[in-house]
Amino acid sequence: MDGLVRVPISEQDPKVRATNFDEVCLGYTEEEAVKEAERCLNCKNPRCVGGCPVSIHIPAFIQEVKNRNFEKAYEIISQSSALPAVCGRVCPQESQCEGQCVRGIKGEAVAIGKLERFVADWARENGIKPHTDAPKNGHKVAVIGSGPAGLTCAGDLARLGYDVTIFEALHKTGGVLVYGIPEFRLPKDKVVAAEVENVKSLGVKIETNVIIGKSITIDELMEEEGFEAVFIGSGAGLPRFMGIPGEQALGVFSANEYLTRNNLMKAFKDLDTPISRGKKVVVVGGGNVAMDAARTALRLGAEVHIVYRRGEAELPARAEEVHHAKEEGVIFDLLQNPVEILTDDKNQVTGIRIIKMELGEPDESGRRSPVEIPGSEYNIECDTVIMSLGTSPNPLISSTTDGMEVNRRGCIVAEEETGATTKNAVYAGGDAVTGAATVILAMGAGKTAAKGIDEYFKNNK
Amino acid sequence: MYPIVRKEVLADKIILMEVKAPRVSHSCLPGQFIIAKIDEDGERIPLTICDYDREKETVTIVVQTIGASTERMAYLEEGDSFEDFVGPLGQPSELCVEANLEETKKLNIVFIAGGLGTAPVYPQVKWLHDHGVDATVIMGSRTKDLLFYIDEMKAVAKEVYVTTDDGTYGFHGMGTNQLQALVDEGKHYDRCVAIGPMIMMKFVCKLTKELEIPTIVSMNPIMVDGTGMCGACRLIVDGKVKFACVDGPEFDGHLVDFDLAMARMAQYKTEEGRKKLEFEEGDTHHGGCGQCS
Repeated sequence: MDGLVRVPISEQDPKVRATNFDEVCLGYTEEEAVKEAERCLNCKNPRCVGGCPVSIHIPAFIQEVKNRNFEKAYEIISQSSALPAVCGRVCPQESQCEGQCVRGIKGEAVAIGKLERFVADWARENGIKPHTDAPKNGHKVAVIGSGPAGLTCAGDLARLGYDVTIFEALHKTGGVLVYGIPEFRLPKDKVVAAEVENVKSLGVKIETNVIIGKSITIDELMEEEGFEAVFIGSGAGLPRFMGIPGEQALGVFSANEYLTRNNLMKAFKDLDTPISRGKKVVVVGGGNVAMDAARTALRLGAEVHIVYRRGEAELPARAEEVHHAKEEGVIFDLLQNPVEILTDDKNQVTGIRIIKMELGEPDESGRRSPVEIPGSEYNIECDTVIMSLGTSPNPLISSTTDGMEVNRRGCIVAEEETGATTKNAVYAGGDAVTGAATVILAMGAGKTAAKGIDEYFKNNK
Repeated sequence: MYPIVRKEVLADKIILMEVKAPRVSHSCLPGQFIIAKIDEDGERIPLTICDYDREKETVTIVVQTIGASTERMAYLEEGDSFEDFVGPLGQPSELCVEANLEETKKLNIVFIAGGLGTAPVYPQVKWLHDHGVDATVIMGSRTKDLLFYIDEMKAVAKEVYVTTDDGTYGFHGMGTNQLQALVDEGKHYDRCVAIGPMIMMKFVCKLTKELEIPTIVSMNPIMVDGTGMCGACRLIVDGKVKFACVDGPEFDGHLVDFDLAMARMAQYKTEEGRKKLEFEEGDTHHGGCGQCS
């Protein structure tokens, strides 16, 4: 190998995987990982680290992989990341660490994500857990939400000696990692549950089935249960609909509902929670969630179309996901937008009326907005429509907490450098602050807030 | 884990369970609901809170066995536990909020409880009674064997009228017939609260609209998470999309699109039926009826 091309990774055959929920990417073997690690130039000023939102010491861990010191490699990653087995799988590395890799200028970037994944998987298979030597400092911190932001913030605070309790509204921990991202991208029991166990092994307590704002408020947590600081990582879970006629018909789902039934409730295993198994499914939207919903519907036996109002180049989903979806047989109907959902006399979906679009002039943000082509409407027959148009933060927490400011989009206002909200001792980060974004950005925000909270305690001694 | 501390069979296929759930019991109010899940493989089932005891840290739910999951629930005994029990969810009944009490005291309130609806009506009437507000209750049921909570209701309501569709007990007819009869007698009501099957709430609303009685209904659509993140429970109220789990479950009944809500209710009927048969018949189920996929 000439060093310009990365060591290829094994994947399940598209025809086979389109019919199962097992992980698509099989990961590197030890030999493959070592070989790929050898491609790293160990730069003096590693640009890759700057591209990582949690600043993992990338060349350092890769050198340890090269030398087959996998345990040491894991230790290096753990200092910066609480969820390496997750990030190695779901981060959009092409626009982060790998996007900055010098190797990528001439040839292919080092497969940093796949190496991170290899190291984390190796550690799990060999029973290696993160640990902390920090003495307990006796300060109680509550973390709201067990998604990527909350788990990261909790892990970091525990490493610093804080007494941390995570409160989670659902019955399982992980947030979007358990209800949103499907099994075939991120195995739940093997990977997510194990990462959560690792955070617990740092001493973090987790209470599920607690809805902050309903079961108990933030003010009560602080006044009655002795929490001195709070981190809000409650995400952006409120689904959006289009507001077009027919959207309330039977067979129209939010991607959140469809994915929650399948991922969290494991409807695909034919347990108690049902899911509608359509024959022809239209997914509206072009983000990662749309890809996840489409590939899920495909695995449940449907012919699947993605309808997106912009073009291929504008698809917000990761290139790898789009590629995988196409390989598996998802049909892309680009530059098209729904105007109406068609129904029969029982209010069941029978189709979707689509108008064709073209891209207009770039607007102030530089993005070319789609414009309808008059008279181009046509119908696609289908029995299921999944709306994947994005989500916004749930107002439950902000509306029940005194003195906490939100912006007009319902996002909690927090300082970028510290995560501090307008309420004393309350910090926030992740999608609850930014609106729907990525797993790794949420982790970065959780990290920042952990630092902010630690500063807060130091300044209030 | 959330242990069942008391179980009581109230009527045919209607079972009461008192569940130890400290956080829910400390913060819940009438009108709210919980979501319970039996075990790892179970589904999340929304159930209205029927009573609560903050000292004993318990919440009472009443379940009617209508499908595989409720059937499975009915097999749980005292000492067994729910793996998950989360709440309180939804908005409290606006009549049972202390801030509104002075206004509520001025009202003549009539509750119409249909079937299992008696269970969620009870904590509201009890709360009002405890706060010095008298209410009239009409309890309707298909037949005598399905009636429950008559004495409990009499202890907290000003007047209780019991009706059965088949005339086997009390007034022969439906709740709506009883309400019409009371109004014909010259009784006046400023507010009606109707809780029961959607079809019953729809017909109560049709009548109270004619009688010009503002009416609150408690909607019970399909739910998954119950926290506003999926929209499975969405309804059209006054032309707008509402999520019953966070905006409700109580709404102005005269503004609810019941026909749409009832259609959406039937969404998983075939899957539900299949699961129920599978549960009831076990291995004998695969009988080659040709209906299974």
